[in-house]
Amino acid sequence: MSENVSHRFDRLPATEAERDVEGRPTREAVLTFWAERFGIDPETFAAYTFWERGNGKIWAFTGDLETPVDIEALGMSFMRTRQEHWKPTTEAVQRFGPRADRNVIHLDREAAERFLAGEDQQLEWDGDWGYLVVTHDIAGGPEPIGVGLYVHGELRSQIPKGRRRDFSGE
Amino acid sequence: MDALSRYEPIVDDFEAFLSACERPLPPVVRVNTIKTTIERARRGLEAAGIELDPVEWHPGLFRLPEDQPGANWPYTHGWIHGQEEVSAVPATVLDPQPGERVWDATAAPGSKTTQLAALMDDRGLLVATDNNMGRLSALRSNTERLGVTNVAVTNEDARNHSLKPFGGEDYDRALVDVPCSCEGTIRKNPDTLEEWSLGHVEGIAGVQKGILSRAIQATREDGTVVYSTCTFAPEENEGVLDHVLDTENCRLVEFELPLEYQDGVIEWQDETFDSQVERAKRIYPHHNDTGGFFVAKLEVTG
Repeated sequence: MSENVSHRFDRLPATEAERDVEGRPTREAVLTFWAERFGIDPETFAAYTFWERGNGKIWAFTGDLETPVDIEALGMSFMRTRQEHWKPTTEAVQRFGPRADRNVIHLDREAAERFLAGEDQQLEWDGDWGYLVVTHDIAGGPEPIGVGLYVHGELRSQIPKGRRRDFSGE
Repeated sequence: MDALSRYEPIVDDFEAFLSACERPLPPVVRVNTIKTTIERARRGLEAAGIELDPVEWHPGLFRLPEDQPGANWPYTHGWIHGQEEVSAVPATVLDPQPGERVWDATAAPGSKTTQLAALMDDRGLLVATDNNMGRLSALRSNTERLGVTNVAVTNEDARNHSLKPFGGEDYDRALVDVPCSCEGTIRKNPDTLEEWSLGHVEGIAGVQKGILSRAIQATREDGTVVYSTCTFAPEENEGVLDHVLDTENCRLVEFELPLEYQDGVIEWQDETFDSQVERAKRIYPHHNDTGGFFVAKLEVTG
């Protein structure tokens, strides 16, 4: 087995049989996660390659390059793995979340504003606990805002600090 | 404004030019078609109570006469990006196609990079290079918010750009929107000219020649390179083109631009440039009520 090298991008192996770095997720497992958790068809990602840089940080890139790639960024930061519960990024949920049909929680405008401001809030939710796609209505349809963690009757905002906004005073 | 007096011989209506330079510019946003449509972005902005005016030459741009671009839901969703109107010109002139290999040689903070990605329908390879780590982090935050997935970001001096991580193959197109003396941004940054010096202009022209040369070398035969600045100084514009016409395998080509402009200047002070530089376009602030800009389209010939 090889080691994970933290500063460069290594393409994810297609399957377990091709894996040569301990703990590195496979492309198959990534596609299965999005399909099982959010109902997103693996075909959505057919043109994408997935890469690990840093421990468990997965990036999605349209197209392909020879692995490894030692540059600053490759595509979009996509999800965190190598922990008990895998977690999509805000960017991935905004870009691919419109295709999700399960584990999606829809908020009214006031709750959406609190979520975007980074607040945790008590909310009714009949579905699974864990990471959810959080949506609200804008310009005639639902649109994902980011990722929420639902536990113990509470939706915890996972919006990164730099992307929080407070629109409540407007 | 004194630094601008040197341009009196080459500007068509110098009084109108000076008076336009003193007027502030409204903020402008570009709709990010990777994540939404122009119509939905317009509806989202209107629902947020933001007044917007269309921009005649580009359906994906809106002027916001009363508001800043960043504090609203459409921004949060990555549907819009604040970008000066005239800075949307060079990516439209480069006209990259989905699936191509494209290089943005001086990419940060990423307004043009994200515009190129949208024109490519987020497909193909878009390499974005900058030598400044701090500015690259701004670029990264813009590509992420706008949902770009076809970008590969490198931190290096564009003059020494390496194709190695990308299989060594030349690019189909390159955008060279170089660091410059920024005289044309005076309507947004009235202090721009306080630090002006001829030495700075001449020094930065050397860097510009190096970056443009590397871009021509890294682009395939018959490929396209667009050179642009937001400055008026011929030393940084026609002078740089004149240099590469002499040293690299390239020629300047004609192109359409749905804006008012003046042709590139062949004579400046005691210099005469290659007559091809006439095919470049000078956009002055009074022409279209925008910032100032310079843009040229080159074809690689070998």
